[in-house]
Amino acid sequence: MKLNINGKPVEVTADPDMPLLWALRDVLGLTGTKFGCGAGFCGACTVQLDGEPVRGCQTPVSAVGTAKITTIEGLSASAWGRKLQDAWVALDVPQCGYCQAGQLLAAEALLRTTPKPTDADIDAAMSGNICRCATYTRIRAAIKQAAAA
Amino acid sequence: MNIQLSRRNFLFASAALGGGLYLGLSPERADAAEPGQLNAWVVIPATGRIRIMASNPEVGQGIRTSLPMVIAEELDADWAAVEIVPTLADARIYGRQVAGGSQAMPTQYEPMRRVGAAARGMILQAAASAWNVPVAELNTDKGHVVHGTKRAPYGQFAAAAAALPAPDMAGVAVKDPKSFRLIGSFQPGVNNRAIVAGKQDYGIDAVVPGMIHAAFHKSGVQGAKVKSANVAAIKAMGGVKDAFIVAGTDEYEGLASGVAILADTTWHAERARAALKVEWSDSPAAFQSTAAWAKMAADAKGKPPAMPIHASGDVSAAMARATKRVAADYAYPFIPHVPMEPINCTARVDGDKVEIWAPTQNPEPGRAAVAKLLGVPPENVTIHMMRVGGGFGRRLQNDYMVEAVAIAKQAGRPVKLTWTREDDITQDYLRPGGWHYLEAGLDAQGRCIAWDNHFISFGQGGKFARAAGIGPTDFPAGIVEDFRLGATVLPLIHTTGFLRAPANNAFGFVTQGFIDELAHAAGADPVQFRRDFLGAPRIIGDPKSRGPYNTGRMRAVLDKAAAMAGWGRKLPRRTGLGVAFHFSHLGYFANVIEASVATDGTVKVHKVWVAGDIGRQIVNPAGAMNQVQGSILDALGACMGHEITFADGAIEQRNFGDVPMLRNEQIPPIEVAFLTPDYPVTGLGEPAYPAVAPALANAIFAATGVRLRKLPLDLAQLKA
Repeated sequence: MKLNINGKPVEVTADPDMPLLWALRDVLGLTGTKFGCGAGFCGACTVQLDGEPVRGCQTPVSAVGTAKITTIEGLSASAWGRKLQDAWVALDVPQCGYCQAGQLLAAEALLRTTPKPTDADIDAAMSGNICRCATYTRIRAAIKQAAAA
Repeated sequence: MNIQLSRRNFLFASAALGGGLYLGLSPERADAAEPGQLNAWVVIPATGRIRIMASNPEVGQGIRTSLPMVIAEELDADWAAVEIVPTLADARIYGRQVAGGSQAMPTQYEPMRRVGAAARGMILQAAASAWNVPVAELNTDKGHVVHGTKRAPYGQFAAAAAALPAPDMAGVAVKDPKSFRLIGSFQPGVNNRAIVAGKQDYGIDAVVPGMIHAAFHKSGVQGAKVKSANVAAIKAMGGVKDAFIVAGTDEYEGLASGVAILADTTWHAERARAALKVEWSDSPAAFQSTAAWAKMAADAKGKPPAMPIHASGDVSAAMARATKRVAADYAYPFIPHVPMEPINCTARVDGDKVEIWAPTQNPEPGRAAVAKLLGVPPENVTIHMMRVGGGFGRRLQNDYMVEAVAIAKQAGRPVKLTWTREDDITQDYLRPGGWHYLEAGLDAQGRCIAWDNHFISFGQGGKFARAAGIGPTDFPAGIVEDFRLGATVLPLIHTTGFLRAPANNAFGFVTQGFIDELAHAAGADPVQFRRDFLGAPRIIGDPKSRGPYNTGRMRAVLDKAAAMAGWGRKLPRRTGLGVAFHFSHLGYFANVIEASVATDGTVKVHKVWVAGDIGRQIVNPAGAMNQVQGSILDALGACMGHEITFADGAIEQRNFGDVPMLRNEQIPPIEVAFLTPDYPVTGLGEPAYPAVAPALANAIFAATGVRLRKLPLDLAQLKA
């Protein structure tokens, strides 16, 4: 199977029904995408397909087709991604940090389509991503800081 | 030269009884030091970045940033130019390596200051020799030695300094805190840049050559053992490399019995697991159900407690003297930890050598358990303390470490064991549930003069299970003179454990809810009633329990939180302010919560005001604020909807759908103030948690007149 990951063509040998999450982590060694619940509740495995955030654990690798996959390892190719990364670091968003890959990919998709998000926009875009450490206050502040950067 | 003379003393840590940390000197360890290594935590190469060791497990509490900051401050290093290096688990060198009990700062803050100061002193001594000037004329600045207009990097003197004996700790001077430049400044986590780029390895990301992926299927009913399983059919499935029954050990909390499935990917192991058919032995745990326990607890009401815990004065006489008596029953459920990173561990067993990559909060008990299981010397077990994707106390237990090693040994190759979220919830070391049957007496002036508590908890053989006990001098013992506390222990066969502010996370709800009831029964303002309840500033309790604590420090945070919230102001209909305080893990916290209740029972938390006191110094305000906000929201999420129930001996909840976590749109503003009176520096992972649920329940009462005495809060009772 041919995939396009972070701008590069990648050949992957995997069962068609293997979730993209596990193809990335266990077959391709891209471990930045995290396993959280395996059931679509938490958003830790969020990646982008053609810029749209999707759940890696709910997306069979065969369903990706020619869509371009962006993972956390490729986030810095996006100008919004770099602004978000800088804001995340400066405001010290992470606690354990485990969910932050998914949070950042969701936030990047938000800013790309809505460069000046309202609180309601942030609520809607980020609702699918659980942070067990509850860094939400700083996630919101960092999205706003990146939007203003 | 005599080899003995070439030896020097080397500064390292020695763990002491009671969890303290002392710095010791060892000539043996000096021989193992690398060039430029001044002590166990500081390496200064001739050129390049100063390296500071981070020897504690990082679970998100920020300790790999804050303790190195303490060393760097006293070393006078340039924080922007140091490299922070995580160490292996090795208590012989580093002493306490535990992320638990909010104990790192209380036990390591002062020793780590001396670690940094001792290294700086050695550099100065070497520089004084090199420049032939008195040490007293030298100064330091950002990793440089300064003498007049002369300035040179530490590295220039590091080799000579490393050959010096470590100074006597008693003579090591530390800075006047007024001159701190780094401690007390906002410093983002040292791993942030790696985290946001997806380059930070957690336990679950460990990769070892030749490794395969393991799923481990156990019964939800603990103690049940595998009698038979369709192992041959499982082995034939796609991607599966091996499958076998793990017999398990017979001891309670030993290695569990189950079926291990090993595959080329986690996905294939789990897919095969779905086809697994297992026959289990009967377990004595099968009787357990939430309904049965509730009936046992109800039956215990009105009966004398099976176990007296503490009594002072004469409760019966004081109750008889009271002009008003108030009785109330409080209850709270088992709750799970659900750390974001599912439980996992990677292990390699090579003869009598074991290597482990574990996201653990407490490696040494894991090392001991692994050594015992395999019959190898503990020093043959190497433990890499991987960054942990959330602990909350779950990873103080090392059951998964033992499982990974057992499976790797049986498989004869390195194994990464990954639990599913369902495994995590159904095999958790739960925060125990409990009931409190309370009665108090008020005198004519509305003062609380009697307190009687029958606590119903869980355990085995009449003894409290882990984290299910209560201390004899827990609040409000010692404050109410005529006081009685007893307990009855219900039978439990399921692992329990420490969850953020263990025991306190439930007791805070009980005591601060009931005190609110007493305030209203006395016709008093809830803040003023609490001030009077605390009384004059004094020390209460003893070190064997959750104390001693200082009522004056508690009074100060209570007053601060009330002032921040504008306590007493007029509020709209069905909106209320609730207040609560709690002392735990050496920290003093008071919260005020403003909440409104819609006619359909929906509760909206408008704001949380928090006042805390963890001593004279906040080491890193960035991490400190994170810990307080995180604790507040953790507690808020749990009290709004977390409950583990049992049926037929097993946990009924499975995934985040059954354990709803707070989400972005539900987060209230949180305003935090730290008081910094001149007391020792203490920790912050836990003490901000316990006063949240009661402040919310008390706010709901203020808004509606409905008193909620059970967790999770039953909002259906709030419909207008």
